[in-house]
Amino acid sequence: MSDHKVKIKINGTEICCNRGDTILKAARMAGVRIPTLCHDDRLEPYGGCRLCSVEVKGVPRLLPACTTPVARKMEVITESETITRIRKRIVSLMLSNHPNDCMRCEKAGECALQDLAYQYGVDGSEYGGERWDLPIRQANPFIVYDPNKCVTCGRCIRICNEVVMAGTIDWVGRGFHTYPDTAFRKPRSLSNCEFCGQCVSTCPTGALIDKKGRGKGRVNELTRVKTTCGYCGTGCNFFLNVKDGKVVKVTSDYDAPVNHGNLCIKGRYGYEFIHSADRIKTPLIRRGDSFHEATWDEALDLIADKFTGLIKKYGNKSVGAFSSSRCTNEENFLIAKFARTVFRNNNVDNCARV
Amino acid sequence: MPKSKKTPAVTSEKPSLKDITIRICMGTGGLAAGSREVMDAFHSELRSRNLKAAIINKCVTKTGCRGFCAKDVLVDVIISNAKTTYQFVDPEKAARIVEEHIINGRPVEEWVVGPEYHAFHNSETKILLKQCGEIDPEDINAYIAIGGYRGLEKALSQTPFEVREEVKSSGLRGRGGAGFPTGLKWEFCSMSKVAIKYLICNADEGDPGAFMDRAVIEGNPHSVLEGMIIAGYAIGAKKGFIYIRAEYPLAIERLKIAINAAEQKGFIGKDIIGSGFDFDISIKQGAGAFVCGEETALIASIEGKRGMPRSKPPFPVSKGLWGKPTVVNNVETLATIPVIMSQGAKWYSSIGTEKSKGTKIFALTGNIKNTGLIEVPLGISLREIIYDIGGGCDKGRRFKAVLTGGPSGGCIPESHIDMPVDYESLSEIGSMMGSGGMVVMDETSCMVDMAKFFLSFTTNESCGKCLPCRLGNKRLYEILNRITQGQGKAGDIEFLLSLAEDIKISSLCGLGQTAPNPVLSTIRFFRDEYEAHIYEHRCPAGVCKAFRKYLIDPEVCKMCGKCFKACKSGAVAWEKKQPAVIYREKCVKCGACYDVCPFGAIT
Repeated sequence: MSDHKVKIKINGTEICCNRGDTILKAARMAGVRIPTLCHDDRLEPYGGCRLCSVEVKGVPRLLPACTTPVARKMEVITESETITRIRKRIVSLMLSNHPNDCMRCEKAGECALQDLAYQYGVDGSEYGGERWDLPIRQANPFIVYDPNKCVTCGRCIRICNEVVMAGTIDWVGRGFHTYPDTAFRKPRSLSNCEFCGQCVSTCPTGALIDKKGRGKGRVNELTRVKTTCGYCGTGCNFFLNVKDGKVVKVTSDYDAPVNHGNLCIKGRYGYEFIHSADRIKTPLIRRGDSFHEATWDEALDLIADKFTGLIKKYGNKSVGAFSSSRCTNEENFLIAKFARTVFRNNNVDNCARV
Repeated sequence: MPKSKKTPAVTSEKPSLKDITIRICMGTGGLAAGSREVMDAFHSELRSRNLKAAIINKCVTKTGCRGFCAKDVLVDVIISNAKTTYQFVDPEKAARIVEEHIINGRPVEEWVVGPEYHAFHNSETKILLKQCGEIDPEDINAYIAIGGYRGLEKALSQTPFEVREEVKSSGLRGRGGAGFPTGLKWEFCSMSKVAIKYLICNADEGDPGAFMDRAVIEGNPHSVLEGMIIAGYAIGAKKGFIYIRAEYPLAIERLKIAINAAEQKGFIGKDIIGSGFDFDISIKQGAGAFVCGEETALIASIEGKRGMPRSKPPFPVSKGLWGKPTVVNNVETLATIPVIMSQGAKWYSSIGTEKSKGTKIFALTGNIKNTGLIEVPLGISLREIIYDIGGGCDKGRRFKAVLTGGPSGGCIPESHIDMPVDYESLSEIGSMMGSGGMVVMDETSCMVDMAKFFLSFTTNESCGKCLPCRLGNKRLYEILNRITQGQGKAGDIEFLLSLAEDIKISSLCGLGQTAPNPVLSTIRFFRDEYEAHIYEHRCPAGVCKAFRKYLIDPEVCKMCGKCFKACKSGAVAWEKKQPAVIYREKCVKCGACYDVCPFGAIT
């Protein structure tokens, strides 16, 4: 066995994994499911929610699978009476400080906390005690933040700091009163927020939701259509969430090879043009001072005529192709091909050239 | 050197005065009791008697804490090596001490410390605190004169491996609380092949009532620095940090003076005493978070992040400050190192028990006669600490329990008072060594209220990262609060026990894992008190106000009306020359009337 491989046992089955892997990663590779909440593959391991706690032989406490690296001859148990008891405890404690208003919550149906409560059959009603009663933040066009629904998994904070590198939100307060917020609890619009909505995409509960999609449809009414973002050449994938033929919001595709679910403000929130009355739907030809709607045949014929005339008069080097980064790679390839084969020159450029 | 700013000594008319030393406790405890004013009084008294030149520069030295803070301000007057110690000195007393004792040679007997002062000190075994209160902490020469930095010289003449082996064989265990063998920690760190390593001195002492680290730094800062340099040499670190809470301004000041002096003498910096070993020390001030005493949170804080712990493993010895191998040692641990190096591991390991070697400083507080700092060999019984050194409970009350290990420790009842104080015995009984706070409780303490008090501290200080600590301990506190408010219900005790156990095994760091200890240990030893609160609606110690039924005894009442004015709920009726009456239905049992009554008429 090579140096960077280690053998460990998970629930009695021996598996071979990479040195430096966490127990969670090893377990997933072995097909063993461990519940998580504060874990997101895009982020550094955190170990805050303790849901992924497992037993490791020789350790008197439970260890979080998401942060604990594997070690040689480690023996891990992922399900036991104690582990189930602790997981139930954690979920019920979370619910003890949660509005539990699933009936009208935007997140219902795709909420990790709701799923966990269902799985473990708890509601947190045994504690009573104080619950947060914090003001809802929505003084911006894109993100609604209801801290009362926050389970303090810290995913929004970490994605803002580790992936976006904006550092708009971090922990405020201590103890029971710890929750994510902007510096000095300013509105997001006054902070350095980019409104990329990455925090919304990673939030497991209804604490962070898209303002524009709010109330436009429950998850089971929406059809998810996978598409590629049209704004730039990066080629991020995401899902258009469609109800009754209308796009109501954009959600992340975590398996997308290019962007792993990450998006910027344009991709996530810039979809209103789709159903805009002002949207240009046909080619426009300028006659005099104004544009006139035309068919594609008319437009393409006009372009072909002009190009042919220019090349005849000034030579083939006198024309070129300039394409847009809003086009896909395939479209950009075609315009370059067009220049080289039809114009017979190399006059090709793109606005994304830096 | 700050001392050289003052007038230099010149010859006086009374040559004998050269042999006089006045030592005044200038630790934080002493300063709070007014030692600066006392010092000024001595200065002006001596000056007014024209003794200025002979005494000020040489004799009035600043000393650190000597432990027995209950008797502050303590002043030593040493004439020709004969030492007299005065207690409760205030500026008015300085004149008579100078007049009668210094000039006429007759000590003021009525202010001299009593036998309990000597009993307090004689029962101790002082290693770390030995020099505190004896030498000037701001003078490196004073430290060198008593053998300081000789441990460093010896260490540098050996290989790092030999130093580690010496510390390993001394049996020294971490004094921060967990008791991990120091030599072993150093060995783990030194095994890493990474070139850059760090050493951190954890001086973020946060337990309520605990101040041993502060005393060591204020009284003998060079011992900590010397220990750090030796530790740095042993693990291969070139950079050391002292993480100290900003609430210790005097300790920080003295550390700065000490670091400067040690740099000038060549003990810190490049090529230390010609050994080729380089070591630097920086001070990082903590911003007041209790959890930063936890090593991974402390490291995050030094890195400039919010002080939140992270899961271990990986441990700091392999991945610590800025991802580099790091050793975090407590102040007391590091201050012990020079002694081990200079006097030998064999001598050190002769003190203490088989598994817990050496001495430990405890901060003795609570309902006890002699409060203060004590240094005792490990393995000493609680009885010796509480009765022989502490002098038993104050006001002749009966001893009930002692809480060891700070707010996350456990309450140990009278039935276990003969148990030895060592790491294993304390954790067996559900408490811990912790950093060394000892809070003594007498019969007037309610154990449910105590558990609630400590939980409120840990709940407020939780960083909020892991769920069992943030919400679990909060819920524990709320249930305890309910019980003390008279709203306990059947099943509460069992619920507390199961919740506390779950928090202990699932929390991320030491704070969360140990925070339920006061609840668990008080239920274990004082379950009857919980039951009395829940089922009989009474507080046996009479502490929880919700169970009180306030009554005014008309025979005792002097009709002053203070209770009437104090009552905010209009439950007290009173007219001039009439005894006051409390209306039960309006009373909210806040106890304000009880607190203000000067005659004890309210029960």
